[in-house]
Amino acid sequence: MNTALTILADGVAYASWLFIVALGLTLVFGVLKILNVAHGSFYAVGAYAAATFVAWFATWGFAPWLSLIALLLGSVAVAALLAPLTERGLLRVFYGRDEVLLVLVTYALFLVLEDLMKLVWGVNPYFVTAPYGLFGNVQIGGQSYVGYDLALVAVAITCGLGVWWGLNRTRAGKVVLAVIHSAEIAASMGVNVGRVYTFAFMFGIFLAALGGALTAPMISVQPGVSVAVVIVSFAVVIIGGLGSIEGAAIGALIVGMARSLAVHTWPPAELFSIYAAMAVVLIFRPEGLFQRVKARRI
Amino acid sequence: MKKTAAMGLAVLAALLAGGLLAPKWLLFLVTMSAANGLVSLGIVLMMRGGVVSFGQGLVFAAGGYAAALVSNKLGVSDALLLAAAGGGAAVLLAAPFAPLLARYRGIFFAMLTLALSMVLYGVLMKSESLGGSDGFNMRRPTLLGFSIPDAWSGYALYALVVTIAVLLSTAARVYFDSARGLVALAIRENELRVEYLGASVRRVMALDFVLAAFLGGVGGALAVMALGHIEPQFSYWTTSGEFVFVSILAGHHSVAAVFAASLVLELVRSFSSAYFPNTWQLALGLFLLIVIRFLPKGLGSLFNRFSRQAAP
Repeated sequence: MNTALTILADGVAYASWLFIVALGLTLVFGVLKILNVAHGSFYAVGAYAAATFVAWFATWGFAPWLSLIALLLGSVAVAALLAPLTERGLLRVFYGRDEVLLVLVTYALFLVLEDLMKLVWGVNPYFVTAPYGLFGNVQIGGQSYVGYDLALVAVAITCGLGVWWGLNRTRAGKVVLAVIHSAEIAASMGVNVGRVYTFAFMFGIFLAALGGALTAPMISVQPGVSVAVVIVSFAVVIIGGLGSIEGAAIGALIVGMARSLAVHTWPPAELFSIYAAMAVVLIFRPEGLFQRVKARRI
Repeated sequence: MKKTAAMGLAVLAALLAGGLLAPKWLLFLVTMSAANGLVSLGIVLMMRGGVVSFGQGLVFAAGGYAAALVSNKLGVSDALLLAAAGGGAAVLLAAPFAPLLARYRGIFFAMLTLALSMVLYGVLMKSESLGGSDGFNMRRPTLLGFSIPDAWSGYALYALVVTIAVLLSTAARVYFDSARGLVALAIRENELRVEYLGASVRRVMALDFVLAAFLGGVGGALAVMALGHIEPQFSYWTTSGEFVFVSILAGHHSVAAVFAASLVLELVRSFSSAYFPNTWQLALGLFLLIVIRFLPKGLGSLFNRFSRQAAP
């Protein structure tokens, strides 16, 4: 029973940060129709930025709980500086080209960012332990849970609900939905599609960086953190159906559970389990769980 | 077909003669780019049907591990047999997935193949009998029953790889121009119409996937013979990404362009790692972006443009 609860708790915690990252990926795909390989790099930049901001806050002598603000500031900085530069300067040139070619463009971007990160932050690992201990441990029903994990779950739920509410219940969100449906018709109705693209990309990158910043206290931030994230979050959005928020949530839970089950019962299968879950879903639902079937062109 | 075969023979003769004059580093570069080029040729074969596999690392690693294991465990040392073993193993691994993958298109095909290659990567990383993440070494192969002296090892391997590459790409050209090969181009344009005309789209896609697996397996076997070492990195997604890049750079019109593109990538990689040891990925990434921006249809379109200008 206890093992089952531990597996469940681990799975949900892993699914939470995965959902935050995958939500950004699926949003960018929905609006810009780009499957962003460099998403993992922005995740890593977010983790590095968080490490830097937390270190600055510590040297200025701010209270420890402010390190949470530092995490947030780090991801905002990444989204505000790097995202518009990438979208306006690079991606805009390639809009309208083949989907797979765009994957290759972001792959090139991934390579570039990988080295830029090494140039800026060096190759030594960074440790951001301050925020992790803030929440202590929480006792629920005789089981002890790490408070930080619970906070992570809360952040993930907030992000998911916030994005859903923003898209479906606000005017700006409806404009974004119109662009997702058909950028051309939205443009002819007077929507500034270019601006929607930029903001959607910024928000997607913000979520990636936030995912990185929130993970930074749990890992050592060093070169190579981006590589694994890309593939796992791809698995999540493919399972859920590209461009679907509910899908990203379910996909993250499936992948989180599969991984945590493997880690606790048979560790060698950790990597294997994620892709096995993805392959099984795709065999039965070729377009993912929440994807509408497209009409075939005659 | 006769013209293609004659072209192939002429190119092969020129390459074999040129190899005698080339310096050692260039021989190795050409050997590696020909071996890798075979994998990309497989992707080009699928690209003609409109799908791109982001997981050719799967068959590349399968071929490489099969050749290295057959050499180390079974004691087979002949290079030709090892290459055949690599191709065979890759086909055996890929064939069960072919009917399944033939249903997918676009980004889903790319991601599903990527997932398969990453499953293999995960398994290889954790299998201690295969050396885990370190991989293992492989003895130098023999050629047609003769052991290769040290002084000639580079050239012998070069000759072998170049010969196999030219033979297989000549065969690929013949297949591309055959009725079955041309159906792929029709599928790329509009697969529903092809179905109405009575051809089975799925059968063509499945067959192309298996053929691409064979090419990838042979490429992996040749690469591991040239390197003398194999590791799970063969199946990693960044390796697959490089293969995709080469095929996009080449475009799906020309077979020779695939090997030219593969050589360009090897040159850029080795020069940038020599001159910018810490930022060679950055250089490679910028190079990719520039190529995609300014050569949208690949190197092959350059060849075609020149020949079209010459024709009238």
